[in-house]
Amino acid sequence: MMNAANTIPIDAQLEPPWVLPSRGTVGMACLIVAEAAIFIIFFVSYVFYLGKSLTGPYPAQVLKLPIFGTVCLLSSSFTVHFAVSALRRNNLRNCAIGLASTVLLGSLFLLGTAWEWYHLIHDDGLTIRTNLFGTTFYSLVGLHATHVLVGLIMLSIALGISLAGRMKEAHSERLEVLSLYWHFVDGIWVAVFLVVYVIGR
Amino acid sequence: MADSTPVMEGIDHSLAVKRPRLEVIYEWITTVDHKKIGLMYVGYALLFLVIGGFEALLMRIQLAVPNNHFVSPEVFNRLFTMHGTTMVFFMGMPMLFGFGNYLVPLMIGARDMAFPRLNAFSFWISAFGGLLLYFSYFGGSGLYGAGSAPDVGWFAYAPLTAKAFSPGHSTDYWTLAVFLSGIGSIGTALNIVTTIICMRCKGMKMSRLPLLVWLYLVMSSMVFIAVGPLTAAQIMLTLDRYVGSHFFDTQAGGSAVLWMHYFWIFGHPEVYILVLPAFAFINEIVPVFSRKAIFGYPAMVAASIAIGFISLSVWAHHMFTVGLGPAGNTFFVFATMVISVPTGIKIFNWLATIWGGSIHFAVPMMFCIGFLFQFLIAGLTGIMLSVAPFDWQLSASYFVVAHFHYVLVGAIVFALFGAFYYWYPKVTGRMMSETLGKWHFWLFLIGFHLTFDFMHVPGLLGMPRRIYTYEAGRGWEGWNLIVSIGAIFQVAGIACFVFNLVRSYFRGKIADHDPWDAWTLEWATSSPPPSYNFAIEPTVHSRRPLWDLKHPEDPDSDYE
Repeated sequence: MMNAANTIPIDAQLEPPWVLPSRGTVGMACLIVAEAAIFIIFFVSYVFYLGKSLTGPYPAQVLKLPIFGTVCLLSSSFTVHFAVSALRRNNLRNCAIGLASTVLLGSLFLLGTAWEWYHLIHDDGLTIRTNLFGTTFYSLVGLHATHVLVGLIMLSIALGISLAGRMKEAHSERLEVLSLYWHFVDGIWVAVFLVVYVIGR
Repeated sequence: MADSTPVMEGIDHSLAVKRPRLEVIYEWITTVDHKKIGLMYVGYALLFLVIGGFEALLMRIQLAVPNNHFVSPEVFNRLFTMHGTTMVFFMGMPMLFGFGNYLVPLMIGARDMAFPRLNAFSFWISAFGGLLLYFSYFGGSGLYGAGSAPDVGWFAYAPLTAKAFSPGHSTDYWTLAVFLSGIGSIGTALNIVTTIICMRCKGMKMSRLPLLVWLYLVMSSMVFIAVGPLTAAQIMLTLDRYVGSHFFDTQAGGSAVLWMHYFWIFGHPEVYILVLPAFAFINEIVPVFSRKAIFGYPAMVAASIAIGFISLSVWAHHMFTVGLGPAGNTFFVFATMVISVPTGIKIFNWLATIWGGSIHFAVPMMFCIGFLFQFLIAGLTGIMLSVAPFDWQLSASYFVVAHFHYVLVGAIVFALFGAFYYWYPKVTGRMMSETLGKWHFWLFLIGFHLTFDFMHVPGLLGMPRRIYTYEAGRGWEGWNLIVSIGAIFQVAGIACFVFNLVRSYFRGKIADHDPWDAWTLEWATSSPPPSYNFAIEPTVHSRRPLWDLKHPEDPDSDYE
């Protein structure tokens, strides 16, 4: 549908070529809007219930700034961008390197979250049933981590295709759509970081 | 206009091979064709229309006379919960998405939706949600013997939905069904938006989109913002019920009012999500049967977008009785009243389109006239209820029930019936019977007015919604009897309609590709359209490509 422009135009000088936006990008933008609406509700719950827990532990007692994980996740945005622009220049080797480092950094982030949750549950005794803080914290951070996991699965598939030597320059638009999702997950993390770890403490 | 839309008047079906029935069923189940998926959506919605209507009928029998014991209180609670949930999520949404699926690609000259497989996925996941809701009648009681189908009301207020007050699985079936329907709605909405933006045929600029397509664009964009919160709230409710979190648990400091906010942040835009496609049908049918181009196309587009925006800021008018405080009340009263401005623009534009036209009172147009009148009344009672002190008196009374059924039945269902009669020849290649159609229209119109006009009165007299019976001597009994008698007329009307649908498929008059002498692209291809829609991708030069084609001496493109 995209290249309807190569039907023969009758007055080529007057009519500009008929170009429409890419389906993948528009579809992903729509998905991001819908996902953002879901996240906003979880953010609202978190903020609304701040300081309303009837029992401890409270955020200020148990939460530590997840600096390492944040650095990993934010840098993975750059590596996935690197992979996409490498593929656009048909540099397949750099694309694979970019994807591999994105998967690695994303996995490190998830390990960081797992480590944090282990301490919160095991040492501080905070579970989703403990109080309103536990309820809103685990659901918000957990929803984000689920999105990271989904992104990691898709990026790993892309990495597998790339390592198998089947990734071609022609696929750069699709990889870019995937990278948009990854950037969105990153952006949500910035909001989670600010709301949960900075303002919420 | 030689390079304009070529018209494909018919296809030679004599060459088609007759295939075994199983193969045809297999093809429908695995199809990714937007027309087949659209028809499956519509068929599935019609099934739920009949089921939900049957539930309404049972309730009306129960309420026809005071102190009635036709159904038990528990069954009555299940009936109104299932009726509301069915009609909104499994009749309204799939019906409108079905029409959108079928019509949007045809009207913009595309060969399919942007993501055909996502389209099939969205349909089947919604269908599964509907099955799950009704499976609760078998699976809901689980091991607890705690009742079958959900009975928490269609907005399922907390803390009634907590495990302590709603044991067993019935509420879980409700949550899951609504959640799955939400996933399906988001998927289809995403598909419709992407199709409209990325799949338009050559020359179909945004300023030349048919108004139906514009309204589906606005409606689908609203789905993202409105259905997201509902999905989030369902996740929270499931966590509360299964994992023991405390989102809506007042014992642990949670808030029941938060659920109300989340539900109505979805719930009110949802009303507009349902009514915008009804506007869309009116926008296509009224001009064709008035033989005039739509009046004020840019104003109509602007009003649609304005409705989309404003409707996102009116949800708390469902919550005036909660006690929002003076600032909250003022804001939501004001926002609710402001939305009547763009809606009024639309009504005036439809009237101006009809004004001075040469009106053809075919059945689709009759339903449109019914829509115009009833939507106006529904809007007026809406303005009454938007006034907070008035709402304090009548909230959760039968006045409210009458008001929103005036919108949902008087406006949306009437527009839908108009759309059925209008596009049936395109879908099947046969006309629906006009005589049966007129019987349908008049029976349904009489039934509608008997039911919903008179339903306002017991509301004003203080009858609350959701009561399973009432005592004699409150002045409600006569009114309720009239309301219930109206339901019988509506059933008779629907029976005419269903009979007409089936009969016309086999014995209706053969329709050519453009039986109404209409102007949009779907009429440029054969009836029913081939799976590829258009043999040659069309090119358009104005908002009414078929007018240009039929009147090369005076094309619209000279004026736009």
